[in-house]
Amino acid sequence: MSLWEYANPKKFMQTSQVLLPYFAVLAAVCLVIGLVWGFFFTTDDYRQGATVKIIYLHVPAAMMAINAWVMMLITSLVWLVRRHHVSALAAKAAAPIGLVMTLIALITGAVWGQPMWGTWWVWDPRLTSFLILFLFYLGYIALWEAVENPDTAADLTSILCLVGSVFALLSRYAVNFWNQGLHQGASLSLDEETNVHNEYYLPLLFCIAGFVLLFVALVLLRTRTEIRSRRIQAIMARERLG
Amino acid sequence: MMPDLGKYALEVSAAYGASILLLLSLVLMSWTKGRKVRHQLRELEKRRAKRD
Amino acid sequence: MIALLIRDLRQATRAGGGFGLALAFFLIVTVLVPFGVGPESAVLARIAPGVLWVGALLACLLSLDRIFALDFEDGSLDLLATAPIPMEAVVVIKALAHWLVTGVPLTLAAPALGVLLNLPQGGYGWLVLTLALGTPALSMIGTFGAALTVGLKRGGLLLSLLVLPLYVPTLIFGAEALTRGLASLDNATPLLMLAGITFGVIAILPFAAAAAIRINLR
Repeated sequence: MSLWEYANPKKFMQTSQVLLPYFAVLAAVCLVIGLVWGFFFTTDDYRQGATVKIIYLHVPAAMMAINAWVMMLITSLVWLVRRHHVSALAAKAAAPIGLVMTLIALITGAVWGQPMWGTWWVWDPRLTSFLILFLFYLGYIALWEAVENPDTAADLTSILCLVGSVFALLSRYAVNFWNQGLHQGASLSLDEETNVHNEYYLPLLFCIAGFVLLFVALVLLRTRTEIRSRRIQAIMARERLG
Repeated sequence: MMPDLGKYALEVSAAYGASILLLLSLVLMSWTKGRKVRHQLRELEKRRAKRD
Repeated sequence: MIALLIRDLRQATRAGGGFGLALAFFLIVTVLVPFGVGPESAVLARIAPGVLWVGALLACLLSLDRIFALDFEDGSLDLLATAPIPMEAVVVIKALAHWLVTGVPLTLAAPALGVLLNLPQGGYGWLVLTLALGTPALSMIGTFGAALTVGLKRGGLLLSLLVLPLYVPTLIFGAEALTRGLASLDNATPLLMLAGITFGVIAILPFAAAAAIRINLR
């Protein structure tokens, strides 16, 4: 029993059919618990007031925006090395989710920044990096849409994803160098002393779990869709030939 | 039931509203597309099975 | 390989080859900016480094889709793929030709345009130096983008969308080195980073671009 068994589309379809409802329900439960807890049952921060509640959307979305790209990078590599179609299609399926996550992080950040920093947008390193990440997602999705042959599209987007990752890291460094920011440092880490206060910590954990589960459920769902539409294309092509 | 959000009520509710709207539309779009493709494939396979 | 380079240069300088288009575009952009922001010398001097860098970058972008398009259409790219020289070398030659046709003229023309924008004295050396260091990276990254989109019918717009985010680090370090040079600050770090990006890009991207072309020709 190895991981590579799931590279078989049929096996993947069977397993994901079983798993998908669990992930979907768990994601919904975690998100509802985390967001309701965060929105209704936490007190306001003494400095930031009620805006601290935005953290329950902002932080998980930002985490998933980056994690989605990492997942695309890994699946792209798997596709380039081992030529498993499921892997390439999973990367394709993940990109729009990452795009939406980046958008959420940017929007909630702007709404949060307005009362805290007095401006919707500053050219702060973190904000700018996310804007660049957003552009990378757009380019990646556009390339998938533009190339007609699915295997060619998978190859080209994989290469773009690899090169893009290098440049994304480079941009992150460059932007850091270019401007020191207003954004606070990471507020979550394993080092307990620097963490946000416990009261905010627990609901935040639920929200993060919810976002991760939602991401997994959506990737499964969208990959299933992609596999099916590939199958439709294959059948159509065969009918046209026959 | 609505908690007192103080002077930042607009910002907080806007952030929640926009994010939940985006997430819901993503889920809905993924789901409807999945359903459409699933039905399409089922039709296609039925047609093929009938002909064979 | 040298024959290929000469052929590319000849094609570019021929009538309708697009040579000079980038220069004209660069000129127009720099002329338009004062109309947009007003003629105050102090303001223009303040934004001159950024405007010149962005203008050069956009001018570079303009001619990217021509790098492989003509060769792809008339089939000579297929011939090059079966030629004894490796595809990586072809890519490097193409990027070099693009740089000689756009990057070098842009670099040489930039001081003249700097006068129009009231670039402070002492900045001209830095302007030429940063552009000379940065434009090879722009050409190489652009060649990679062109290789990705070579088989597409309407690749031009997509090419810009793919390439512009990749230009961000080069632009930041280039403009930063120039601005710091103007203010007589220490600009060794951005200059070194700019050079590092250029050399790194030249070392790595030919492989990615050649792989993309092979995929597109399949």
